Amino acid sequence: MILKALFAASATVALLLALPANAAELTIGFSQIGSESGWRAAETSVSKQEAAKRKVNLKIADAQQKQENQIKAIRSFIAQNVDAIFLAPVVSTGWDSVLKEAKEAKIPVVLLDRDIDPSGKELYLTAVTSDSVHEGEVAGDWLAKTVGAKACNIVELQGTVGASVATNRKKGFDTAIAKHANLKVVRSQTGDFTRAKGKEVMESFIKAEGGGKNLCAVYAHNDDMMVGAIQAMKEAGLKPGKDILTVSIDAVPDIFKAMVAGEANATVELTPNMAGPALDAVAAFKGKGTVPPKWIQTESKLYTAADDPQKIYDSKKGLGY
Amino acid sequence: MTALLPRRGLAQILALIVILAVDRVVSPQFFDLRLQDGRLFGSLIDVLNRGTPVALLSLGMVLVIATRGIDLSVGAIMAIAGAIAASLADTHSLAVVLAAALGAGLICGLWNGFLVAVLGMQPIVATLILMVAGRGIAQLITEGRIVTFSSPDLVWLGNGAILGVPVPVAIALGMLILTGAVVRGSALGLLVEATGGNARASELAGVGTRAMILSVYVWCGVCAALAGVIAAADIMGADANNAGLWLELDAILAVVIGGTSLFGGRFSLVLAVLGALIIQTMNTGILLSGYPPEFNLLVKAVVVLTVLLLQSPKLTGFAGIAARLRRTKA
Repeated sequence: MILKALFAASATVALLLALPANAAELTIGFSQIGSESGWRAAETSVSKQEAAKRKVNLKIADAQQKQENQIKAIRSFIAQNVDAIFLAPVVSTGWDSVLKEAKEAKIPVVLLDRDIDPSGKELYLTAVTSDSVHEGEVAGDWLAKTVGAKACNIVELQGTVGASVATNRKKGFDTAIAKHANLKVVRSQTGDFTRAKGKEVMESFIKAEGGGKNLCAVYAHNDDMMVGAIQAMKEAGLKPGKDILTVSIDAVPDIFKAMVAGEANATVELTPNMAGPALDAVAAFKGKGTVPPKWIQTESKLYTAADDPQKIYDSKKGLGY
Repeated sequence: MTALLPRRGLAQILALIVILAVDRVVSPQFFDLRLQDGRLFGSLIDVLNRGTPVALLSLGMVLVIATRGIDLSVGAIMAIAGAIAASLADTHSLAVVLAAALGAGLICGLWNGFLVAVLGMQPIVATLILMVAGRGIAQLITEGRIVTFSSPDLVWLGNGAILGVPVPVAIALGMLILTGAVVRGSALGLLVEATGGNARASELAGVGTRAMILSVYVWCGVCAALAGVIAAADIMGADANNAGLWLELDAILAVVIGGTSLFGGRFSLVLAVLGALIIQTMNTGILLSGYPPEFNLLVKAVVVLTVLLLQSPKLTGFAGIAARLRRTKA
């Protein structure tokens, strides 16, 4: 009897102690892919900033591009009984069993940046990703608006052939310009998402299109290829940003440097801040039990020379891009 | 016919002419040249300029292959040298930058040569180690980001011109002459061929095969480092993830198109560089053609197959017999 009362009392005390601590400080485990690109490094540093802003204790495990490391990290997060798990999946399949373990331990999982195989939909709370078709549309809409009614020959630097991002960014752009008969993609080639190939392909575009005089715009599936293309245009005696408009995707710091120099016109941001919306969703879920939608789409913000590119460059260059 | 034209190199020269003619068909302005900011400008210049890294790689690779070796690490060495050059460019003079980058290539070459010549490892495995690790080293130097620079000296190395000729092309030509003078101006070339032809017999005949093997890997490393510096200078930045990626395969292909056997022995520097140009003429043609990018690799494979078939001893032998039969009948 006394024992029971004592137990109940101590449980109440423990609960009282635990509650405010819980509300003030969530512990979240984040299984990050690694740092294969500048964007990934920026995502990691922005995640840390966003967690610190919300006083969340974020534990980051770097998987070095290996799924087995990610599975290990998730198991260890489950063992530590964290409040939630963030996962940036390196591949889309093979997550069922480990995510079931997390579900059984009642730990919500949020996917960042990439989705997993559709069979696992009930296994995670929500996925925070960008819509790469939409990114292409934003780029196409900007170009259509800027060009207006005059005829415009566009050359396109595609990403790696077969990469879903490249396919989607092409699809979105094509949809956006299909509404305007005066806009036409005259040449499209892959630049493998790299500066060197972007430059080489742009050199050939310029030669194939009468020294570039017939061209009105370049669309690149990422900023790195555009940085290379800008060099190719300059070497051919053309003025990128004036003679030939540029629009690309990602918003890495170097494209803002080109914008400051007047050599680039627009970029669509693939935000490295995937953790911010994810943290808010988890806080709402833990606090009030609000179940977020299955997909939280990040904003694909358009930046042009009107957005103070120097300031954006300064704010982005420290992020590890 | 065979009396008028050199026996070796005929297939390569023919292949180059045919591919150039095809390029002229897909792009009528292919041979147009003009001066742009004191630099020659046109598709032909693009071929030479873009072909430079693989041409430089093939200069080192052909010597390695002549000793019956192979160097898979040249792409990774390019990434390392580019990363070093880009990190130092804005704070040091061009001489220091070049010395550091080429020095790194030399050390990489020594490492490969040590594994193969001294420890007796198989070249494909020995150089695979650096191929994998080298890109990691380059990423450590650049901290995983693209390191950019604005040093005009280093930029000139990638984008400048000497009498209208792009600097990279001039450098590649200089390296071809230098390498040719060293290996063909002395008995070194012969000793390299002897090592590749039969290492044991050469050893017994008094050839320092170990020193030969070590030095060809060192030279290969230096050539790769130079290619890496030029690649970085070209885009004014070092991209450790992508610089020189898969170029080791193009370099090997250039050597093979140049008629040097992977089993070692006889080699030709000029034909290896010609092989690199054949590859680039084809690449530039594909880009100019306007075909969807899905076809790029397919077209490349068909052309390479054709060029190699042209040189196949069985096939050319067959053609020779057919010609003789026709002559005897007539």
